[in-house]
Amino acid sequence: MNEFSNADFSNWTCPLPLRSYPTIVMGHGGGGKLSAELVEHLFAPAFRSAALDALGDAAVVAPPAGRLAYSTDSFVVRPLFFPGGNIGALAVNGTVNDLAMMGARPLYLTVGMILEEGLPLAHLGVIVAAMATAARTAGVQIVAGDTKVVDKGHGDGIYINTSGIGVIPADVQIAPDQARPGDVVIVSGEIGLHGVTILSVREGLEFGAPLESDCAALNGLVAAMLAASCDIHVLRDPTRGGVAATLNEIASASRVGVTYEERKLPVPPAVAAACDMLGMDPVYIANEGKLVAIVAPNAADAVLEAMQRHPLGVKATVIGRITEQHPGMVVARTGIGGSRVVDMQIGEQLPRIC
Amino acid sequence: MKYLDEFRNPELAQRLFDEIRSVTTRPWAIMEVCGGQTHSIIRNGIDQLLPVEIELIHGPGCPVCVTPLELIDKALAIASRPTVIFCSFGDMLRVPGSTKDLFRVKSEGNDVRIVYSPLDAVKLAQANPTREVVFFGIGFETTAPANALAVHQAKRLGLRNFSMLVSHVLVPPAITAILESPTNRVQAFLAAGHVCSVMGTWEYEPLVERYRVPIVVTGFEPLDVLEGIRRTVLQLERGEAQLENAYTRAVNRAGNLPAQQMLADVFEVTDRGWRGIGVIPNSGWRLRDVYRDFDAETRFAVQNIHTEESALCHSGEVLRGLLKPNQCPAFGKECTPRTPLGATMVSSEGACAAYYQYGRFAQSEDGAVL
Repeated sequence: MNEFSNADFSNWTCPLPLRSYPTIVMGHGGGGKLSAELVEHLFAPAFRSAALDALGDAAVVAPPAGRLAYSTDSFVVRPLFFPGGNIGALAVNGTVNDLAMMGARPLYLTVGMILEEGLPLAHLGVIVAAMATAARTAGVQIVAGDTKVVDKGHGDGIYINTSGIGVIPADVQIAPDQARPGDVVIVSGEIGLHGVTILSVREGLEFGAPLESDCAALNGLVAAMLAASCDIHVLRDPTRGGVAATLNEIASASRVGVTYEERKLPVPPAVAAACDMLGMDPVYIANEGKLVAIVAPNAADAVLEAMQRHPLGVKATVIGRITEQHPGMVVARTGIGGSRVVDMQIGEQLPRIC
Repeated sequence: MKYLDEFRNPELAQRLFDEIRSVTTRPWAIMEVCGGQTHSIIRNGIDQLLPVEIELIHGPGCPVCVTPLELIDKALAIASRPTVIFCSFGDMLRVPGSTKDLFRVKSEGNDVRIVYSPLDAVKLAQANPTREVVFFGIGFETTAPANALAVHQAKRLGLRNFSMLVSHVLVPPAITAILESPTNRVQAFLAAGHVCSVMGTWEYEPLVERYRVPIVVTGFEPLDVLEGIRRTVLQLERGEAQLENAYTRAVNRAGNLPAQQMLADVFEVTDRGWRGIGVIPNSGWRLRDVYRDFDAETRFAVQNIHTEESALCHSGEVLRGLLKPNQCPAFGKECTPRTPLGATMVSSEGACAAYYQYGRFAQSEDGAVL
């Protein structure tokens, strides 16, 4: 399968004078005129912000009042373009979500790009446009950036690092160690979409219905939840390692047990089919637009309702509880009423042979 | 999902549990042969809901667990060659050889790839004519037809750069070996439904007759497994020994004849070593002479394999039901899912790994040690 078959490059027009090079060359990272042109004609117009337009060595922003959340994340994904998004959207939403999971309102992002020589300029253009759109949607400004170019064969087309700063409202106290026995466990929607989409594109597998990554910025959803109640104790986005890894991290950070009902997990049929076929488990599959919320029992109804009213939380569901028993451990009640320990994966989830 | 949800229905499961409970009067040791069934039992928590009298012994039907160390070491040696693209099913990559696993070999700069079908490896061989593509052909009668087809296709395409490291094993000789063992504890078997969908059920008739042991062909969904257990217990309680098919939606007496034809064309029966158990006569398949060019063992002539099984690991006794995982001195100490000494601790449904996980939970729930 052509790795770019899911992206449309026809609408991207090359800003002059970049046209003279249809692909990235080493000079684009050399700090000379080619570098300047890339910034001036590609990055700056797309990312437009007062701080960025100044083009200084560092972005200058006014410090917001309150506690700051500060996060960084690097993005490597193959293929670069996939149904539901691309590495650019992923890079913006990923860091926005990391900030949002602390209850922070994301304000500023920086972007570091490592480009591989030979990357088609049109691909970079589409990625940058996706980043700009994602930033606009999330309401964050991209205020600083950097670009380096590595020799052909030394990168997967493009690697992106984003760092972000957000401000945490005074009455918000969200952290992984805040889960308390009796708290309610909510997931914001259908799980496993991103991981199975990437797998199906990468391996050329089809699982009935077409799949799309759930890549999305969750700060709007979090704002709606916090408006409903501040008694939200933990928020995590279950990316790598899936819901299982997230619940295990919470169990061990808060020294509590987690139990959930397997039948209550929202698993889309195509994800369930893919997992059945490959011998994988949806709770271990990555998501890029979902969150797990641990909420005080008296606030659970209000928070759940607020989530279900938000477009990214329509299928939000209570899946389980925090418990005093089996601290540090996640236990699933299975569909037929049994139970099993859901541990973290040792490494990657591997398709089973039998 | 259609054809799946019906077999996961909690009310029907409860009814089967009740029935099993009501007919069970004394202890029975039943072996589920297939790793897929073990997976279903652990994943659904079936074992904890059965009456205490019923002991499920996780049998040697996990290909990852029984592939002999020598062959894994050969795989590691072949995969370490610079010209080779080594293709394997995913869960073989973490199985420890004498000194390392395939993940380590990959990290050392070698080309090790997870594929989902042996035919993908054939395609890779076509696309990379200057490389040697080797597929790790392991498993029971279930995975064998696709592997046979891959070799058959490679020959038809005249591919000179495709070969297979074959370690196919067969269920009936393994059941025979367990029943012949003087220390055997197994009183009945759940036969592997998918193996039987290929091979049919007729191979099990002489076993039932000779050893007077109930064998029930069983599927993999929770209700399938429970129905298999129910029928087995009924036979045991009545003192009967019959071959029953509890998986009729996929299995008949004759099996899949075109698949068997393909198997007979490509493979011939041979003695095979089983990890932790030893050599079982006529218990596996190897490539026939006409396909010998596609045999990776011949092609790469891997010599001087010196295997070193952990002296601490008792996985062989675990696989035969002679030892419970937590009775092994290394269990939970030197040997954990993070640092597995034997293959039974590697995959989450390996008997040792399953015990490790559930044992932790049971201890914290009521202080009892499982």
